[in-house]
Amino acid sequence: MRQRKKSFGKTLSGIYDLLIYGFLYLPIAIVVLYSFNTSKRNIVFEGFTFQWYFKLFQNDALLQAYGNTLIVGLSSTVIATVIGTLASYGMSKYKFRGKNVIDSLLYIPVVIPEIVLGISLLAIFNIAQIPMGLISLIIAHATFCIPFVVFTVNARFAGFDRSVEEAAMDLGAGRIKTFFTVTLPIVMPGVIAGAFLSFTLSIDDIIISFFTTGPGSNTFPLKVMELTKTGVTPDVYALSTIVLAVTIGIVILSQRDKKPKSK
Amino acid sequence: MKKNHKFRNKTIPLLTTVSPITIWLILLVAAPLIYVFYLSFQSTDGYSVVYKLTLSNYKELFNPTYLEIYSNSFVLAVLTTVFSVLFGYPFAYHMARASGKKKALMMMLLMIPFWTNSMIRLNGWKTILGKTGLLNTVLEKLHLINAPLEILYTRGAVLLGMVYILFPYMVLPLFASIDKLDFGLLEASNDLGANKVKTFLHVTMPLTFPGIFSGTILVFIPSLGYFFVSDIMGGGKSQLIGNLIENQFKAANNWPLGAAFSMLLIILIIIIVSIYKKCGGDIKDLGVM
Repeated sequence: MRQRKKSFGKTLSGIYDLLIYGFLYLPIAIVVLYSFNTSKRNIVFEGFTFQWYFKLFQNDALLQAYGNTLIVGLSSTVIATVIGTLASYGMSKYKFRGKNVIDSLLYIPVVIPEIVLGISLLAIFNIAQIPMGLISLIIAHATFCIPFVVFTVNARFAGFDRSVEEAAMDLGAGRIKTFFTVTLPIVMPGVIAGAFLSFTLSIDDIIISFFTTGPGSNTFPLKVMELTKTGVTPDVYALSTIVLAVTIGIVILSQRDKKPKSK
Repeated sequence: MKKNHKFRNKTIPLLTTVSPITIWLILLVAAPLIYVFYLSFQSTDGYSVVYKLTLSNYKELFNPTYLEIYSNSFVLAVLTTVFSVLFGYPFAYHMARASGKKKALMMMLLMIPFWTNSMIRLNGWKTILGKTGLLNTVLEKLHLINAPLEILYTRGAVLLGMVYILFPYMVLPLFASIDKLDFGLLEASNDLGANKVKTFLHVTMPLTFPGIFSGTILVFIPSLGYFFVSDIMGGGKSQLIGNLIENQFKAANNWPLGAAFSMLLIILIIIIVSIYKKCGGDIKDLGVM
């Protein structure tokens, strides 16, 4: 009796989890489905076609927006990862005055609403006369990505045994050589996780990009936002479907690489 | 001499590692926010900012039209948070109690939607909920309704969109704190005669409170500012504090007033974070997203 009750509870929680995933994936399923729709308007599914996957490559504005998203995502990730990793190294190794201030400043981009960060960057770019475009987007994105890199790398440094660095230096390696051959490889998982998180946050960002972009440098989310007013065309859905397929592919491949190691 | 050597030894690496972030944070986090604070006391000639100290923006904040928007926005943020906790908690709990492989799979499945842009996913909801959308079509075909339901462009739709977008931000901190829970304590409570409800209320919930609180912060704060959700799902009918700020910095071109609205949000966040800290919350938990 007890056993039955337990398995009943398990089934129930299984159904619950499936419903949650259903909620999370339903709109994505619709996007994939409607990318094969013959109708141009995403309202009724009329018939099956591949045409949007070809038409997509004639939509220069859309492709350019996606290109911008990738440029901004990669550049801001590189900047945030370098600055964040260096900072985490210095802040976990040394005690210095003003460390608390840096620590508190780091949490500001995390807790203030994106819209406030967005408008404050817009205002400062305006008085500093930084032209609005890809450069301002990259600076803005790096700003909200840096803290996340610091946090993930900090987590790696928390369990880091400093004596291996000293050992390397005692054996005659210079400070820079020690950093690249000893320290960096050990904290690398944290660096990769931070970079990955930065890139994810950057390519999905809407609000900060909305305020810090300029004419002619639309990102993909902003392009979709603009199209939403008139109606999103299926070629946008086709592009999203391709991106989804690529990311799922990468996830599966990275999981495969992990398996032999754990065994 | 030796002291000098030691000094140089520490100073150069310290400067090379810490100064880039220091400069970056001062120029691009501290300075912009201070400038917005300053801006909130300026006025406008309808075209650009006029630098003349005034409190008129702060007086304007109490305009009854805005008061209504704050309260709508606040109610929506509270509801978004409540629904996210209610639906997210059992889910995070199942995830934390799943075996290693299943846990990793559940986590992965939670994260994949992140990589499809939220703008695209909200458009997916639009297709589902629209007047001639999927849901109405299905319900009509089943003869459950005679006329299409008005779902899209209502407050309910905005709430749904908000919960949808912010759900993972609630689940992740919840999962982190439930995962740390010593499940032996729950068994002990059971053995001592407490039923499931009692165990949950007196053991599980208090121990996972840090997760509930950090999830609340990560959901509540953004839901005040995500103007694009109310634009898409609410059709611009229901305005949030985020829409007010957006409007002042774009269409209305009254930056000082927009800055004053932003200060209002900042004050609210300072209050929430102080409560969080007073309740024993560690600000560091918010960074482990």
